[in-house]
Amino acid sequence: MTDTLTIRNLHVSVGDTPILKGVDLELKRGETHALMGPNGCGKSTLGMALMGHPNYEVTAGEIVLNGTNVLEMRPDERARAGLFMAFQRPVAIPGVKLADFLRHATTNVRRPDRKEGEDLIPMREFRQELKSKMQQLKIDPEFARRYVNDGFSGGEMKRAEILQLAMLEPKFAILDETDSGLDADAVLLASQSIAEIGRKQIGLLIITHHDKLLEHNRPDYTHVMLGGRIVETGGIELAQELHARGYDRIRQTYPEAAADNSAMAKGEALPLGA
Amino acid sequence: MATDLITNELSESKPSDEIGEINKYDFRTVSTAIFKARKGIDAEIVNQISDMKSEPDWMRSFRLRSLEIFESKPMPTWGGDVSLDFQDIYYYLKPTDHQGKTWDDVPQEIKETFDKLGIPEAEKKYLAGVKAQFESEVVYGSLQEDLAKKGVIFTDTDTAVREHSELLRQYFGNIIPPEDNKFAALNSAVWSGGSFIYIPPGVKVEFPLQAYFRINAESMGQFERTLIIVDEGAQIHYVEGCTAPMYTTESLHSAVVEVIVKRGGRCRYTTIQNWANNIYNLVTKRAMAYRDATMEWVDGNLGSHLTMKYPAVYMMEPGARGEILSIAFSSKGQHQDAGAKLVHCAPNTTGRIISKSISKNGGRSSYRGLVKIQKGAVKSKCNVVCDALILDPASRSDTYPYIEVEEQDVSVGHEASVSRIGEEQLFYLTSRGLTESEASTMIVSGFVEPLIKELPMEYAVEMNRLIQLQMEGSVG
Repeated sequence: MTDTLTIRNLHVSVGDTPILKGVDLELKRGETHALMGPNGCGKSTLGMALMGHPNYEVTAGEIVLNGTNVLEMRPDERARAGLFMAFQRPVAIPGVKLADFLRHATTNVRRPDRKEGEDLIPMREFRQELKSKMQQLKIDPEFARRYVNDGFSGGEMKRAEILQLAMLEPKFAILDETDSGLDADAVLLASQSIAEIGRKQIGLLIITHHDKLLEHNRPDYTHVMLGGRIVETGGIELAQELHARGYDRIRQTYPEAAADNSAMAKGEALPLGA
Repeated sequence: MATDLITNELSESKPSDEIGEINKYDFRTVSTAIFKARKGIDAEIVNQISDMKSEPDWMRSFRLRSLEIFESKPMPTWGGDVSLDFQDIYYYLKPTDHQGKTWDDVPQEIKETFDKLGIPEAEKKYLAGVKAQFESEVVYGSLQEDLAKKGVIFTDTDTAVREHSELLRQYFGNIIPPEDNKFAALNSAVWSGGSFIYIPPGVKVEFPLQAYFRINAESMGQFERTLIIVDEGAQIHYVEGCTAPMYTTESLHSAVVEVIVKRGGRCRYTTIQNWANNIYNLVTKRAMAYRDATMEWVDGNLGSHLTMKYPAVYMMEPGARGEILSIAFSSKGQHQDAGAKLVHCAPNTTGRIISKSISKNGGRSSYRGLVKIQKGAVKSKCNVVCDALILDPASRSDTYPYIEVEEQDVSVGHEASVSRIGEEQLFYLTSRGLTESEASTMIVSGFVEPLIKELPMEYAVEMNRLIQLQMEGSVG
């Protein structure tokens, strides 16, 4: 049976502010979904809620992975169950080498029942795999010795996120603006890398403003989010339309959601950006 | 007596049972002492110690003079709360009547103790020499033969009083006189054991010399006294480890360590202590570095109820370098008042302090440091970085940096930071499959990494392991 991630009527608040107001979405492994929408519409909030960030409170609705209730799982359990999010702005962990962190993470995700203190993947085996994945992604091997996201440029951060995606081999991945802040070459490289890793192995939910990423990762579905709801779903032609003409038609068609959205965008002092 | 009340209160409220960090160091050895002085400190006890050791008169009078200083000096009004009844401690306990030259020479139960602590194993793998102290006396000593042939001396300080008296007397109590502070005076009165090291000119000792200090008995005081002389152009790395089992009453560890590094010499002194949480650890450590000499203290303070320790380097002649790397970890019921002192007494001297402290479960870590640039020490440079990491709202960190500069043409830098483990860092790591406690441990390891990477591999592994041990169960 195909792995399925189902989101039903999801309501999420940050502090006292409701952000998501009933989101429905079904992802099957191997599908690519584009999630688009103007700033502040709640795209990143959906990602944070999927991964279980403690500040994002689910007030109603459900998230189900192959019949299992994801909302009852801690973030590490979600990762072990096969969920992954590439962060828009990943935090730095000074003093922790990317390779050490990844060895630990990879072990836990591949051996979901591993208890704390039990052996990690053998060093040699891990290094070989990491090296070959880095080669494939055209990342300098020295990179593995740097401290996680510490002093990374925007491009380096995004590539480190893609490397983690490649190593952790999740069932479902949310890519939160993995193309933002990159120059054209870097976007191209990122897009190709994701396409190569994804290659129908992962259910991808791609949050993006640009069309490059979708050119290489052609979406099966495009969802438009406005005011904390998915207001329209279509195929690739919808993504193309939004790239070409922006959100004016959407705003006019869904005035209530548009009003919500502008209220939310004004209150953008939310942690991490909604 | 009021102090009794305080002591009892403290021991009652001591979290001995609540602490989940029962570890491999917390075991008691059943061992019959061949001599145990009665509790308390006075002239009779000091004389008894001197008698037991058949010491020369000069040492006996040094002890007695030091006792007077100890008795006359008030308790320090700064630092930690030393609510310890000094009369409720055993000051001298002799575990065996001779020092083993092989481990088979050491009484079985004591040998087993050090086996459990992994000392003989480490000795085989990567040490140039070992001293193992159990209670008041060194029970085992070794030194690689080729080093002995080159004139290296590595012995316990009691033996040095007998066999290397002339050399010892040139320095003993000169770097840290008993007048220096109350606890230095206490040590000077009742000292026993510790290491005496002499490295002849130009001799570079490649592998570390290690001393291991074990307190086993209850209400015990351990007062080792260490003197290290690194002659011109010589090099040494000395490492000490310290542990004790957990009791509900207090024990006391009060050492004095004096180091002299002569012209062009280099000494690194690494401490990895993991005291039980009932130990008052009140230690004075000071080094004098001469022309172009380098002195480094690497100080890992884990465990103890209260630690007050500020390793110092006096840079006496031009070109001298002093460096102090310090890690403190305090948990429930613990106060680490640790720091460093750098005194620039000559031109072109260079100093560096890096201090990292971690507080969790209501623990308190304080950095207390002094940088002093004396008149005439022109073109001297000193840089201090102290970072504190606080793991939860119940824990505390303080910084007391003192800087005294009496010269114009110098450079002094000081940076301090206090941070809390960030929710975003935890979320990031847990979203990659690490449990919250694995994530905290990883963040803490990263925090101390800049210091750990300065250690030789074996000790880096040991330090990381100890920190992990401290972190276990830190997230509820």
